[in-house]
Amino acid sequence: MLLFLLRRVGLMLITALCLTLVVFYLTNLPAKLETLAKTQAGSRMTDAEVENWLDRNGYSSNVLVRYGEWLGVVPGWTREADDGTITGRCVNFADDDPAAAGDRCGLLQGQWGFSTRFSAEVSDVISARLGATGMLMLWVLIVMVPMSLILGILAGMREGSRTDRALSTVAIVTTATPEYVSGVVFIALLASSAVGLSPLLVNLGLIEGPVLFQGNARSALTQITFWNFTLPVMTVALYGMGYIARITRASMTEVMTQQYIRTARLKGVSFSNIVMKHALRNALIAPFTVIMLQIPWLLNGVVISEVLFSYPGFGWTLYEAAVNNDIELLLASSVVAVVVVLVTQLISDIGYVYLNPRIRIS
Amino acid sequence: MEPLSWLEIIARIGQQLLPVWIALVATFALSIRFKRKLGLYGKLFDSNVGMIGFAIVFFWVCTAIFADLIITHDPLGQVSRMRNAVPGSALPRPDDMYPYYLFGGDSLARDVFSRMVMGAREVLRIAPFAAMISFMIGITLGLPAGYFAGKLDTALTFLANLVLAFPVILLFFLLVAPEIQDTLIPTVMAGILFLVPILFVTVLLNSRFFTQPAKRNLYVGGVLLVGVWAYAGLVFDWDPTGLWSMSPNLLNVFVAVVFVNAPTVFRIVRGITLDIKTRDYVAAAQTRGEGAWYIMLWEILPNARGPLIVDFCLRIGYTTILLGTLGFFGLGVSPESPDWGSTINTGRRLLTIYPHPALVPALSLMSLVLGLNLLADGLREESLKD
Repeated sequence: MLLFLLRRVGLMLITALCLTLVVFYLTNLPAKLETLAKTQAGSRMTDAEVENWLDRNGYSSNVLVRYGEWLGVVPGWTREADDGTITGRCVNFADDDPAAAGDRCGLLQGQWGFSTRFSAEVSDVISARLGATGMLMLWVLIVMVPMSLILGILAGMREGSRTDRALSTVAIVTTATPEYVSGVVFIALLASSAVGLSPLLVNLGLIEGPVLFQGNARSALTQITFWNFTLPVMTVALYGMGYIARITRASMTEVMTQQYIRTARLKGVSFSNIVMKHALRNALIAPFTVIMLQIPWLLNGVVISEVLFSYPGFGWTLYEAAVNNDIELLLASSVVAVVVVLVTQLISDIGYVYLNPRIRIS
Repeated sequence: MEPLSWLEIIARIGQQLLPVWIALVATFALSIRFKRKLGLYGKLFDSNVGMIGFAIVFFWVCTAIFADLIITHDPLGQVSRMRNAVPGSALPRPDDMYPYYLFGGDSLARDVFSRMVMGAREVLRIAPFAAMISFMIGITLGLPAGYFAGKLDTALTFLANLVLAFPVILLFFLLVAPEIQDTLIPTVMAGILFLVPILFVTVLLNSRFFTQPAKRNLYVGGVLLVGVWAYAGLVFDWDPTGLWSMSPNLLNVFVAVVFVNAPTVFRIVRGITLDIKTRDYVAAAQTRGEGAWYIMLWEILPNARGPLIVDFCLRIGYTTILLGTLGFFGLGVSPESPDWGSTINTGRRLLTIYPHPALVPALSLMSLVLGLNLLADGLREESLKD
């Protein structure tokens, strides 16, 4: 088991290195750097001035060297101006202390860089936003997992029955509704004071405010309420639900045809007992892995939902960084995203081995 | 003039879609009449789910084909005083134009209905084609990975996992951008990705007909001719006739979508190959002394078709969702493009006051994907009955 873990972690590190290199290369393309120079130092620069700016700010060296600097395994660039002032990557980080020139300062030293979009340290921006997204994810999982498991188990315990057909159709419909569709429909139906359900309910005197749910989740940052957080959570949860429900259903129908279920039936165990005690435990192995693997996919939904409901979380930050060509922030967000994906994959593998005694790693 | 009521709107839209209804009824009548002779396609008409799915998909395909007949207005044309008009509004001065905006107008006073119809064409021009290329790449790499196993398998699986570990949305932000289009990256990637289908078809035909050189030369030569022609046109824009060409925007979107899809197909094909290669008929072919590629492409692949066809339908749906995501973030499409994703994106700004410009494309996209999913479900059910 330990060897298996070590190998997996090693593979994970190699993958993370490859991916960050790709991200670094794509965000540091000459064209992107040119845009950066123009947004930082004036949009009417000539090509020579752009070149000069890039050179002064340490962007002119080889991509691999700069990747090393960013990681923190290569000493940061330094530069001595004609009047003797020393500038450099690490000098900027260490509050303009010239003594820091020649140090290593990068990801490994905890220097994530400076965000041009938010005018703040990238590490501060990311950690604050991750907290907000954590809350969103938490509620999504709280809503999504029980609902999809119940849907799948109810559909799968009597294969081919009318309940099965109806619930399977529901599952198919949710997998066909991407977040930007469900979000738009939710807002139009529930969060608009002009159309949809809200004006009706207001006329009937059933709700206090102008709308049933709020279409803007910015206020959820300070206080999460049912009113402002339902729509973003449902938007993300709905799309993922169908897939997990279908896997649960497939796993459940398979378990229900097993010999030991038939034995239990012949012994006279009641149907609800068979489902709860005999079938459920074995049927939940496959959904567990799928739920873990679903988390990276939720990231997609989180970005869409956060942009749609303007909830300033991690996904919204990623979007803002990409749109505004905020290189350092985009790099850091990518690292976080990639690490989340790899860690969930690892957990799902370990969990699968742990839950399923038929698989032994030796 | 008075605005139309909802019943009148539905009636008029039904009338506009007349070519679609004719095609739909004709196809269904013929297919149900001859369903015993049509193989898997005919069996589809035994299951309700499959039939509903097929009807929805076919509806959108016909809408895309007959789009020019269906639209009531120019999808890019603006009519003054029709900004954000509600569905069924009458034009102030119709002259010789269609007198109503059936689904209302958007924030730039364009007809929502016509844009929806043209959007179907945009989506259906890219999604099936991208899914097909992804499949050819997945099959070409997945078959040898599963069949030969060993180091090749390890390397290819590692690469596939590498791409899969990328969050899709991040990949889109990085890969689909105006700055990227100026570089060689999309061209190089397209050069590699589009080469694989040509190789696939060439090897497919060569492994089958290499014992009959005359036939082989004819087939392979023909494929290479068309393949290289299309390749030059699509990747390098060198086609003198202009039949094969893609704008840099479209090429960029296409490459990104194929790049995201291909690794998943690879994993599916690899898994099926690992299973099928232990069968007796593969051993029989090996004993006969058949070549490795013949066994992979003519013994294993045909026997893997069931799950692959089902996944193909699902993948077209997924590609549609991905294209919508790209449009939603305004990536890689021109702002005027009527495709559903970017229409939702522009419509969402006034969503709480005028929901129709965003709702119409959103529900269209959902229904198309739903149709594809139901179709896949029906196909799965029917192919499992064998």
